[in-house]
Amino acid sequence: MNPLPWLVVLPLMTALVIFLLPTRWRAPGSLLAAVFLSLISIYTLVEVIRLGILVHALAGYAAPLGIRLRADGFTAVMAVLTALVTMFCAVQAAAYLRGKPEEEGFWPLLWFMWAALNSIWLSTDLFNLYVGVELLGLTAVGLVALSGNAQSLAAAMRYLLAALLGSLSYLIGVALIYGELGSLALSDLALHGIGLPTVLIALVMMTFGLVLKTALFPLHGWLPPAHGGALTPVSALLSALVIKASLYILMRLWMTLDVAVLPVYLAWILGLMGSGAVLWGGWMALRQNRLKHLVAYSTVAQVGYLFLFFPLVTGTAATAAVLAWDATMLMLISHALAKAGMFLAAGNLVFAIGSPRIADLAGVCRFRPFSLLSFGVAGVSLAGLPPSGGFNAKWLLLQSTLASGQWVWLPVLFIGGLLSAAYVIKVLGHSFIEGPLRDHFRTPPLTQEFSAFILASASLVLGFVSQVPLTWLRIGGPFAGGG
Amino acid sequence: MSVAAFYAWIGVGLCVLGLFGFIMHRHLVRRLLAFNIMGSGSFLLLVGLAQDDRGVDPVPQAMVLTGIVVAVASTALALVVFRRWFRVSGESILPEDV
Repeated sequence: MNPLPWLVVLPLMTALVIFLLPTRWRAPGSLLAAVFLSLISIYTLVEVIRLGILVHALAGYAAPLGIRLRADGFTAVMAVLTALVTMFCAVQAAAYLRGKPEEEGFWPLLWFMWAALNSIWLSTDLFNLYVGVELLGLTAVGLVALSGNAQSLAAAMRYLLAALLGSLSYLIGVALIYGELGSLALSDLALHGIGLPTVLIALVMMTFGLVLKTALFPLHGWLPPAHGGALTPVSALLSALVIKASLYILMRLWMTLDVAVLPVYLAWILGLMGSGAVLWGGWMALRQNRLKHLVAYSTVAQVGYLFLFFPLVTGTAATAAVLAWDATMLMLISHALAKAGMFLAAGNLVFAIGSPRIADLAGVCRFRPFSLLSFGVAGVSLAGLPPSGGFNAKWLLLQSTLASGQWVWLPVLFIGGLLSAAYVIKVLGHSFIEGPLRDHFRTPPLTQEFSAFILASASLVLGFVSQVPLTWLRIGGPFAGGG
Repeated sequence: MSVAAFYAWIGVGLCVLGLFGFIMHRHLVRRLLAFNIMGSGSFLLLVGLAQDDRGVDPVPQAMVLTGIVVAVASTALALVVFRRWFRVSGESILPEDV
């Protein structure tokens, strides 16, 4: 049986069924369906490893009117990553949201989000990607607005405006490409190349839209209030997965077009914006006094590293390009795991101390060491300390920088690493202070503690087994023969 | 200039007009209207460009139909969020935060 349609159909069906269930059944029903969808995702990965690229035409209709799904190694790993992160966020949310008014809306939106993510990983044409991105944006905005207080509504509104502008810019690019080439399939785009000025304009429009949705500096203004102010499991999902979706499309687009003929200056602009993000995001994270906002700014910084991919693969030697691909993939996975773990741990700490402020963490290390441990473990990977997925990713990025001769990025890597270590240590430092005598902390439920810890330690384990996902990611990818 | 190219240029004009409104206005309903004008412009561009010299092409029309559904859904969501925001804060613009 071909698993590809189920990756999209199952979450969509579940979303509708969950809507019909009474509120108290929504969490157990979702967890049950999440187990099934995770198994299907893993089965997809196994099939891709066994057979190579999988393809499915929905309802047997051929392109352009039909929808074609395709899974290579990149797709399958993203689907499994989505399942892993969403599963533990759902486990955390089941305990975290129990009895809260947000519980009712959270579960259906979660399922629509999962459907949107999977359809983005599987899509093969630009218009389906547009629909996926729109669905993802709307569900993400809904999740941010869930608490319904003034702060979260303002954040949701700001996020929505940015998302709408981003997807329209992308859609205009799609219109230009269709007008010029008469096709939207990514594979056709590769054949035509970008010799035509219209296609170049389209590429710029699409890149702008996707970069806005990925919150790359200096277009990141909407991210910290949205990710910092949302409910804890929502923040984790948004930072770990949602912003990766627009980046995924951009990378697909970039890798489909022949990198040799892509405009190098565009890649360098993305690289410079990425460097700005690493430095500014790290600095702003260090200056935050609320815990979740610190973690949100850390996302701004980490997104920057992922954009160094573009200058490192455009017009550089093959060895540098392969290293950059491996580094970016590893960074993407380890950031998703570590950031989800960190947000969940931050939520547990906020719950334990009953305050969102970092200064109030004093004494927490003695009374809630487990929550703090998860935060620290995630921090090790984010700051790129060995042994962790984050360290291996930065190591590969460093090697790619050296192999391509683009020395400019070296100071960015070093200062960025120092800044991220600094903001993690800032949080740990405050928790070790023997502050005002206080011995009353609330205890987060054990499932919440464990979901944070498992995600955080997964990013650490990735440091020992990095080669395994990297081998899978090469299946059917642009660097299939390399490495 | 063919009729189709004329439509495409009108589409570009609407997009620019919408973008201008989106950036210049602060009132959230105005920004939403500007977004809708931009959306209409991009749909016109999508249909107009594709029919330049190839005759009638059903694919962009199908895409525009989907696009209209998406735009209506986004507008509805934006209006709901805006109304809630207005009720909670009494403001019709977003606060300038840090």
